[in-house]
Amino acid sequence: MKKVTFSIIVIALCSMAFKFDGGFIFDGGKIPVVTIKNLDGSKVSTSTFTNNGKPIIISFWATWCKPCKKELDNILDDYADWQKETGVKIIAVSIDDARTMPKVITDAKTKGWPYEVYIDDNQDFKRAMNVNAVPHTFIIDGKGEIVWSHNSYAEGDEIYLYENIKHLIKGEKLEH
Amino acid sequence: MKKLLFCLGLLVSTFSYSQIKDIVESIHGNFQIDAQYYNKDTSIGAPIVPQKVLSNGFGNINYIRGGFSAGIRYESYNPVMQGFDPRYQGSGIPYKYARYKNKKLDITAGNFYDQFGSGMILRVYEERGLLYDNTMDGFRAIYNPIRGITLKGMIGHQRTFFSLSPGVVRAGDIDISLNELLDSLWANKKTKITIGGSFVSKYQSSQSPTLNEPENVGCGGGRVTVSRGNFNIYAEYANKINDPAYVNKYSYKNGQGAYLTTSYAVNGFSAMLAGKYVDNMGFRSDRDQTLNAAMINYMPALTKYHTYLMATFYPYATQPNGEMAAQGEVQYKFKRGSKIGGKYGMEVAANASMAYGIDSVNIAPQNDDRQYHYKVRSFKPGEKYFHDFNIEINKKFSKKIKGTFLYSNQYYNKNIIVENSSVKEFANIKTNIFVVDVTYKYKPTSSIRFEGETMQTKQDKGAWLVGMVEWWPQSNFFLAVLDQWNYGNADQSKRFHYYLVNIGFIRDAVRITLSYGKQRQGIFCVGGVCRTVPASDGVSLTVSTSF
Repeated sequence: MKKVTFSIIVIALCSMAFKFDGGFIFDGGKIPVVTIKNLDGSKVSTSTFTNNGKPIIISFWATWCKPCKKELDNILDDYADWQKETGVKIIAVSIDDARTMPKVITDAKTKGWPYEVYIDDNQDFKRAMNVNAVPHTFIIDGKGEIVWSHNSYAEGDEIYLYENIKHLIKGEKLEH
Repeated sequence: MKKLLFCLGLLVSTFSYSQIKDIVESIHGNFQIDAQYYNKDTSIGAPIVPQKVLSNGFGNINYIRGGFSAGIRYESYNPVMQGFDPRYQGSGIPYKYARYKNKKLDITAGNFYDQFGSGMILRVYEERGLLYDNTMDGFRAIYNPIRGITLKGMIGHQRTFFSLSPGVVRAGDIDISLNELLDSLWANKKTKITIGGSFVSKYQSSQSPTLNEPENVGCGGGRVTVSRGNFNIYAEYANKINDPAYVNKYSYKNGQGAYLTTSYAVNGFSAMLAGKYVDNMGFRSDRDQTLNAAMINYMPALTKYHTYLMATFYPYATQPNGEMAAQGEVQYKFKRGSKIGGKYGMEVAANASMAYGIDSVNIAPQNDDRQYHYKVRSFKPGEKYFHDFNIEINKKFSKKIKGTFLYSNQYYNKNIIVENSSVKEFANIKTNIFVVDVTYKYKPTSSIRFEGETMQTKQDKGAWLVGMVEWWPQSNFFLAVLDQWNYGNADQSKRFHYYLVNIGFIRDAVRITLSYGKQRQGIFCVGGVCRTVPASDGVSLTVSTSF
């Protein structure tokens, strides 16, 4: 009996997921105001995240997270073009704690990431943004509203990410 | 239940105010459910699960309106899944808070997470996926009297499962950014300095008829961060008064800890060196607690954070009763178009870490075996606990193919790390690990990833071979097949295959994964404590979303 109940739950949950086909409506509100750290150890408020009315991508990552680093590396190949075309800015927020925190700066520099990198070692920002697991990527529009979010990274995801940035600039509906 | 209704009522009633447009207001949350159906499989040593199905679940709801926020987290274990602390039982709302924040003041009533410095004297945090949560239930105030200075004060009891730890924790911290404080003099200095100091005290009444246990235990520490151009230095020292507890074998010795990390990083090159000394620094708000419950502080392992299965087979955790450890890492990125870097560049990282016990000697009176009294003889390393020398190469071969190659040589003192015993029951484990991980992107948004791993060792369960294929036909769906084969087990009847099939679906912030197969027995380290988790066989499901 329990096997049957369990199977029903599995099927119900899976079918629920596919129902999101119409587009999972993400009405995110503004970025929550939380204090995080700069790479030099000084404090920064997330209220200072601005990009002169242009979109921002916030990517939660960690030095031990392979897909996170893959995503940020793959974006690096096209980042100069993205910036030229849309003015988008990437903010990479690391959730590393004391164990791996020194690696945030060494990894980011070695890789030559031109992104703004911050450390959320107490995970206040992660909690405020309701991030369950990294990588988790958000798009923030020019008014500071969270308009899109995506969990996990697969090769090529950055293509969809950038298409949505272009939609946002043109005032079109975002794809999910 | 009443609490839940009250909180929901609070959230619903606040909706009526949401008409006012000039104040930022939102409701956010996340949910995750993990469930597993367990097959009977005694051959691999999987314990029999009478309930057949076990599940872990949680849901967070946060309400934000301007500087005010409030939230709850509901958790449910029916009962808790295998591999987690079985003391998680039933359902409840172990996390609830109300917080108000303006430019100068930040006050929380209820639950909160926080840390001082690296966490060596206080770190209240959660690792939801690992079911580690030592959140504080009480009050906290953070105050910025002038630019550059942050004061923190808190009082409360720590969560232990669905109840609270008996010891009350009182803690204060000051953090000073010299560059911000000395604005006119220091604002434009290249050198940036932040200093901090903290004090934590716990009170727990003594119940022991024989031991004279200190009821108030204090721990104090200081720290400094210096950064100048490409250099960064972080140093921290902490001292704790005598704190006899179950985990330190009722030692009355004072504790101390020191941590130093330095790094140099420029575009394409970095070097990092870190060292740590720990002597009797286990610190809990309940002296009788074991495993990872009621921990006040956090002392992470100074080792590379591996993610490959074989490289994490024998994980290390800091030994709070005494440890000397060091880690160094150098990373270099061969530029695109260089001779070695090729068309797309290549990254190389070499990392070395080692950990030893401290050089101590037992001075307990011979007729008193309840306690372990010891003194530190010298500042030399004691018994060897762990080492890991590894090199990792990341290379993109073409637009379509890239790979990661890892070699790691490890040493593992199982008696100390897993059994927490100085008795030499197990041989020290020496391993050589090789990993090849290649991704082939056959279409812009479709890829297939192959992973091959082997661990060569003569000790413990012997050698292993791992193969995995992960296929992403499109970016919102994946199928992965994994086999871990213990082909080198000295006992031929235990040369098992542990196969696992995984499918996953992702859409925006929704992630659903379903897996079927066998999980091998493993060592799991959470909150600095390593323990063995049993093997299992069955179907498991994870559903996760945030809004």
